[in-house]
Amino acid sequence: MEHFLSVEDLRVHFKTADGIVKATDGLSYTLDRGQTLGIVGESGSGKSVSSSAIMGLHAGTTAQISGSVWFDGVDLLTLSQAEMRKLRGKEIAMIFQDPLSALHPYYSVGKQIAEAYRVHNSVTKKQARTKVIEMLELVGIPQPDRRFDGYPHEYSGGMRQRAMIAMALINDPSLVIADEPTTALDVTVQAQILDLLQNLQKEFNTAIIMITHDLGVIAEMADDALVMYAGRAVEYGPVSEVLTHPEMPYTWGLLSSVPDVTADTDARMVPIPGNPPSLLNQPPGCAFHPRCVHSSKVPGDLCRTTLPELLEGPRGGGHLTRCHLADPEQIYETQVIPEIAPMQAEER
Amino acid sequence: MWAYAARRIVIGVMLLLALSLVTFVLFFASPADQARHACGKQCTDEQIAVTEKALGYDKPVLVQWGTFVKGMVTGREFPADPELKKTHPEFITTCDRPCLGYSKTNGVTVNSLIGEAAPISISLAVVAVVIWLVFGVILGIIAAVTKGTIMDRGIVGLTLIIYAFPTFFIGVFFLKFVVVKWGLLSYPQYLSIAEGGVGGWLTNLFLPAFTLALVYLASYVRMTRAFVLESLGEDYIRTARSKGLNSRTVLFKHALRAALTPLVTMTGIDFAGLLGGAIITEQVFAYNGIGKLTVDSANAWDLPTIIGIVVLAGSFVILANIIVDICYALIDPRVRLG
Repeated sequence: MEHFLSVEDLRVHFKTADGIVKATDGLSYTLDRGQTLGIVGESGSGKSVSSSAIMGLHAGTTAQISGSVWFDGVDLLTLSQAEMRKLRGKEIAMIFQDPLSALHPYYSVGKQIAEAYRVHNSVTKKQARTKVIEMLELVGIPQPDRRFDGYPHEYSGGMRQRAMIAMALINDPSLVIADEPTTALDVTVQAQILDLLQNLQKEFNTAIIMITHDLGVIAEMADDALVMYAGRAVEYGPVSEVLTHPEMPYTWGLLSSVPDVTADTDARMVPIPGNPPSLLNQPPGCAFHPRCVHSSKVPGDLCRTTLPELLEGPRGGGHLTRCHLADPEQIYETQVIPEIAPMQAEER
Repeated sequence: MWAYAARRIVIGVMLLLALSLVTFVLFFASPADQARHACGKQCTDEQIAVTEKALGYDKPVLVQWGTFVKGMVTGREFPADPELKKTHPEFITTCDRPCLGYSKTNGVTVNSLIGEAAPISISLAVVAVVIWLVFGVILGIIAAVTKGTIMDRGIVGLTLIIYAFPTFFIGVFFLKFVVVKWGLLSYPQYLSIAEGGVGGWLTNLFLPAFTLALVYLASYVRMTRAFVLESLGEDYIRTARSKGLNSRTVLFKHALRAALTPLVTMTGIDFAGLLGGAIITEQVFAYNGIGKLTVDSANAWDLPTIIGIVVLAGSFVILANIIVDICYALIDPRVRLG
């Protein structure tokens, strides 16, 4: 079956004075309408860079992009700038992390949203205004006709993100890329924004790529989860599989570092030791091996010398892992679980 | 906003008073004897004393300053001698408010000196500011969008080289080659619009204004380039592009709006500074503007004229600042004056 969005072997490399930065190196995933893919990883793991490549936002930079991005039967990477521009904002829209800096401070919010509508639809200013007010109402902004003329600095953080969502959805796009949409918001507002996105997704049957480093967001929103490390997918599969039966030490680390409100107050979070590798000069073999406490369990120094393939694990069900460990399930049960707060053990 | 403007104007007036007081004090603190200078080398001590009294220099500095301030408000008569007015009214020069003083050296009021010189300096400043803004902003934008290419380096490098040359060199260079050797333009002589029409006014102003503009061009090119690049890297530019806008709209509507705002401040202050006279350029082209008047008065120890020019130039700068602040509030909705 053909997928609505199919990213195949996407590579985004940046030429810099110090060498080639492999921000995204051979990324593949698929997504269907009405589904949500959660991409999770540390800063600099290539989450945002790969999504910007789908939007064609790297044009004019030193980025070298290869691979293919099949979107509704068309390879986006082969489109011209003009063709891409017609899709951008119309078929593929983006929601950004910090709505205050993502909105232009000098133009009213309504004007900025109307601009997104008018560039793809030949309508009068007045028609655009009506549409924008309708949209603002839909995303839950009170008194939308008055707020239309408000400036970004007059909106609260949550309202701004709602306005960004209105801007992204005004042309009824089939794919929305949400780049850490809730990171800049406080927790209660986060929940509201996620609810809003979910409801709108149902209404418009939108495909969503949710980029985040918050596993809670992934658990709530996503159908599939993709864990990225150093520009590559290290674990990919249905979200219930990935979060409950993680098979890659990096994912274990991410799950262990989630704070648990019900845990013993003396319990400490378990951080992943070390720092993410430089994308300029990646370690040979598995990029995670310098930080991996389990690499010694792999015979023959394989972690250090050979990059593991992204392969389906023993549990099947489309759960792919990039790891040399022979029996990760057993290690997770016996060694990782005891480290993680008791709550998560009980859940299992 | 009106309350804000009113408050700023009050503060501005107080600043001007302080400015004139400081100028007064500085002059009296200088080793030169005003009266001796005005009287001439051959004067006896008695004659100097008489001159001192006639010019009002015998009174304390603060009293003289008070008279000056009062003259600004009510106008003055020179010499302020009721007896003389009765007997010889033809010797009395009336100076209407705001009276900036009387230049003994030139035998006329400072107001009329400045009244003759100011149109020249203002014309020069206006034409120069238009030239450097148009070229500076256009070249700056071109350099920004072609960042790192030969074009960018060429523009930035060339304007820097020009910047490195002193104004008198560029001025004399233009006079010698453009005017004398190649005869492309006639020797510039200031013509008011009334005398020469807009065309004559402009052709005569072009060379000196261009010379003056070259001084500012380099910094405006570099600033525009930096502001545009900074603005192009902002998140809202990415938003604008992700909406599907074409690069022209992104640059001109989204990037420039934010990038050019700081230029308003710079332009306002630079322009106001120039209204107080472009000393070197006016000297080179023998334009009798405020700049040349300043130099001549300083050389002649013409205190009243210098104080008048200082107060005038100061008020231009203060006024420009108020206007810039108000413009800012109009451009940037985040700025609320209060």
